[in-house]
Parts: sequence; C-alpha cells; structure tokens
Amino acid sequence: MTDQTAIQSPSTMTTTAPPPMPSRSRVLIRKLWRHRSFRLGAGIVLVIVVLALLAPFITDGSPNKMSLRDRFTPPSAEHPFGTDNFGRDIFTRVLYGARISLWIGFASAMLAAAGGAIVGMASAWFRRLDGIIMRIMDALLAFPAILLAIGINAALGPQVTSVIIALASAYVPRMARIVRAAALVIRELDYVDAARVSGAGATRIIFRHILPNCMAPLLVSVTFVFAYAILAEAALSFLGIGPPPPHPSWGNIIAEGRDYSVEAWWIMLFPGLAISLAALGTNLLGDGLRDVLDPRLKMEQ
Amino acid sequence: MLDVQNLSVDFRVDSGWIRSVSDVSFALPANSTLGIVGESGSGKSVTALSILRLHAARTTRMSGKIMFDGNDLLAMPERRLRDLRGRDIAMIFQDPMHSLNPVLTIGDQIGETLRIHQGLSATEARNRAVELLDMVRIPDAKSRVTEFPHRLSGGMRQRVMIAMAIACRPRLLIADEPTTALDVTVQAQILELLRELRQEIGMSVILISHDLGLVAEFSERVIVMYAGELVEDAPARTVFDTPQHPYSEGLLRAIPSPDEDVSRLYAIPGRIPDPGNRPPGCNFAPRCALAEPACHAAPPPLEAFAPGHFIRCPVRMKTTEPAE
Repeated sequence: MTDQTAIQSPSTMTTTAPPPMPSRSRVLIRKLWRHRSFRLGAGIVLVIVVLALLAPFITDGSPNKMSLRDRFTPPSAEHPFGTDNFGRDIFTRVLYGARISLWIGFASAMLAAAGGAIVGMASAWFRRLDGIIMRIMDALLAFPAILLAIGINAALGPQVTSVIIALASAYVPRMARIVRAAALVIRELDYVDAARVSGAGATRIIFRHILPNCMAPLLVSVTFVFAYAILAEAALSFLGIGPPPPHPSWGNIIAEGRDYSVEAWWIMLFPGLAISLAALGTNLLGDGLRDVLDPRLKMEQ
Repeated sequence: MLDVQNLSVDFRVDSGWIRSVSDVSFALPANSTLGIVGESGSGKSVTALSILRLHAARTTRMSGKIMFDGNDLLAMPERRLRDLRGRDIAMIFQDPMHSLNPVLTIGDQIGETLRIHQGLSATEARNRAVELLDMVRIPDAKSRVTEFPHRLSGGMRQRVMIAMAIACRPRLLIADEPTTALDVTVQAQILELLRELRQEIGMSVILISHDLGLVAEFSERVIVMYAGELVEDAPARTVFDTPQHPYSEGLLRAIPSPDEDVSRLYAIPGRIPDPGNRPPGCNFAPRCALAEPACHAAPPPLEAFAPGHFIRCPVRMKTTEPAE
C-alpha cells in the first residue's frame, strides 16, 4: 500500500504544468529584436539587399550604358551619384555593384563556413588527424587572408567565381578553428554519450548531435566573414584582380575612378560609402547575434 | 544475464597507466536489481560505463570479461555493440540538465532510439514518444512531445531520459546516480518511477549511487566499492542492517538519522587514496579503525563471510561470527 501513495504523489506534484511559453526560436527573435545594434545592422543590410534586388526597377537597368556626352557629371537630380569617365551612371553601377559584392560576400562566407565545418569536424572527430589538419590550417592562417586570396585568384584567373573560391579558402582556417573548438567541447557532453547509449552511429552523432550545436558560433563568424569578404573583394578589385572590369562590383567602380579622384571624387566616394555601410551593417548584425547566441549570456536565461 | 568477470580498467595519464577499477566481478540475473555504492572516485561509474564500452578507446585499457547473454561485450566488434546499446542495454545519466540535446525536441530524442533500432517512421516514433512520456508520468504528453529540453525542470528531464532509455524495452537499465542532481522530493518520485517501470517492463536495473540507504531500499543485492575494488557484496538487507566491511559501516553511519539529535555529523576520516598512489596493503587501511599491521602489508582477498555475503576484510573475517 505504500506503493499506492507513492504512485499518486508524482502525478499530483507534476500536474502543475508551466504556463505556455513562447518557443525557443521566438525567444531568440525577440531577444535579437531588443538588441539595438542588431536592429540597426539588420536594417542597414536589409536596405542594401532590397535596393540591390530592386535595381532594375529603380534605375534604367543598364549599369554599363556609356554616354560620352555625359562624362564626369557631378551628382545631380538626373545622376544622383554623378557619372564616370565613360558617362556611366554611378548610382546605377553602385546598385548593380551591390548585387555582385553581396553575392561574393555571401557565397564566400557560406563556402568558408561549409569548408570550415567539414575540416573542423574532421579534426575534432578523428583525433589522429587533428594535429596534421590543424598545422595545415595554422600555416594557411599565417598568410594574410588577402595575400592568399591574391595567390589563389591569380591561379584561377579573373572571374567572379574565382574571387569567391579565393576568399572562401582564405577564411576556411578560422572557420575550421571555431567549429573544431565547439565540437571538441560538445563531443564530451552527456547528450552525446546518451546518443551513443541509444545505439547511434558516428554519422548520426556528428550530424544530429554535434554539428547543430556548433552552429551558433559558426553563424556569428559567418556574418563577420561576410563583411571581410566584401572588403577583400574591394581590395582585390582595386588591385586589378577582382571580377573582370565590365562587372560593376564596388571594388571595380572605385578602381576605375582611381585616376580621376581629384576631378571626379564622386566616382570613388559613393561605392566607398556603400562598402563601409555594408561592412558596418553586417558587423553590427554579427555583434547582435554573438550577444544573443553567446553561451555565457544564455546561462542568464 | 549479465556476468562481469575480473573487470579491470586502466586509464592513460601522462605518466603511464592508472588502474581505476581492479578485478571486479559480479553477476546480475534477469529481472533483478543490483546497487553499486561507493564515494566519488571509487570506480562505480567507470564500472558502469565499461559495460557499454563508453570510455574513449585510445586512453582506456580494459581487461576481464563482461558477458551479456553469453557474449563478451568487451570483445565484441563496435557494430554489434551498437545494436545492443539502447535496444538491450540502456543507461541514464547523473545530470539531466546536460544529457538532452538542446537543439532537438524531446519527442525527437525519445524517438531516436526507436528509429535506430526498430526503423520506425517519424510519425510512428512521435506517437510512441507520446506513449512513453505517458509511461514516465509526464502530464499532457501530447503537447509536451514537441518541446525543447530547456523548458523542462530537472525532474522532468530525468523522466524524459528514462523514457529514452526504456523506449525499446531494454532488458538491462544502468542508472548512474539518476537522482543525485535532483531535489529530495523529486528523487523519491524518480526512484518510484524506476521501480514501477522495472516491474512493468521486466528489466534488470543497476543502480549506482553514493547513497547506501537509497541503494539498499531499491535493490535486491548491493556491492560496495572502494578505490576501484569491490569490498563487500551481499543482499541489500544484509548490507544495510549488518554491514561487515568497515567502509560499508562508515557509509551507513554517515547517513544522518532524523531520530537522533547529533551535534556533529559522522564522516569517515581521511580521503580515498589517489589511484596512482594506492597503499601497498588494504586500500582502506589508512582510514580504518580496525586496521592491524597485516592490513598495511598485503592486499586482502575477497572472502566469503557467509553464504552470499563476501567481504574484503581479514580482520572481520576472524573476529566476527556471522549471524545465522
């Protein structure tokens, strides 16, 4: 009969279900929204993305249309950002340039994240390979990213894709380090043992239990690499090894305006502002993500 | 069903290998309960983890045999062992706050075992998970199944862990300090739940704890471990009422009694010896009130004190007559 009372007691004690709480993702979104710099950064990035997407509707849709009669027009109502040495409208070029620059930033950040996840995970899982893989990553890290990108880009030839590949490979090592560090911690946690006890194999443990839990730090560094990549693209273009010239990437516009910087300052100013804004926006956004996803802050929840 | 024979476990450290568990043997028939008791560092968890071979292979050396249904788990290829894990042998851990994956819903995690071993579809697994949550007495299981672990209390999470463990109706459940991280009231509920489930499913349970009282109440048989060695092995009642090894006595005396008004709580003097620097004789001798010169000289053997009652204490062997 002691059993009976004991059976009842747990149910009576646990029926007080907590009041319905918002889901985890909604909590995260609300927290992000409350974060001021995240809001500002997300706003900036959103505006740039929307402008880039709407470029054909805002402008006449021809960033490469030359008009030799309108060369070097200063900013005016007709040409808000002025025109360049071929009479091309800078405003149109900057908006179309956003498409290329953002694509390069996004694609190389994603590629770097994917590569970093693979390399970092391999390093954390196969402990024998760890030393070798990480020394290779160290060697790559020892090069300045831009120098490495120049080298790779020079080897692949001037194309948008080779810029992406070059920048992505330059940022793989730091991504790999982040994933490896997170995975090394997570693989020792109880829930990984619990999964092993359930009979889960290596694939399931890696892809279902370890990798998803490494995503927070990876996501944060994706935003920073995105910003770095936009800056690096500008630097590569400025050096003349970015996307080939007719492409109006931000770096290209600046590079082409270099020779006229005194007479036609607007050619370099506006794409330069665009680069700074995009980098600022993604950095603020990344700061916000980091603050919200940081495990130390998570504890206070 | 489970027969552990002369299990020894060594861990690699910078200076070589350190013996963590030495020469432990015990057997567990089907549908029975065994308690393993000892203080921190006595090797009880290491023993339990060895059964499922959860130690990192590169830094661990295990010898002896762990027979499960006549197959040696220690000699089994990893693939075959994986089939046993979760299906025939399950385990729950000490800290429910860290033993659930924060990015998966509890339904997903409970269903995972079923999907691995029974090949259930996502929907079938989800439905089974609801049933299992009911079984572990989580109210409102249907809506709870889609929740993430961070929204559950420690006691609830431990129930979820238990649901995960019993999903495939294992024949052996290893509970490694399942209640240590929980409130006292919740502890009682969890133990009661384990007791009921054990009868419902008909599984054997190994309960590991530092709390001799709790273990004696739950299990049929109790083994007491000290510094990696088995020091007493007897039916639970015997260990609780008339423990023979001085260490078991000490553990029992360390449980404060609510009836007595004591000004000072009892503690066994001294500390458990460092695994790399164990005494030459009996491991417990430096802390033992009964220790004789011989105890410090050579390690004592495990001897039968009475039928079904084994102790590793020569002093008690010669001074005490077993109560019939």
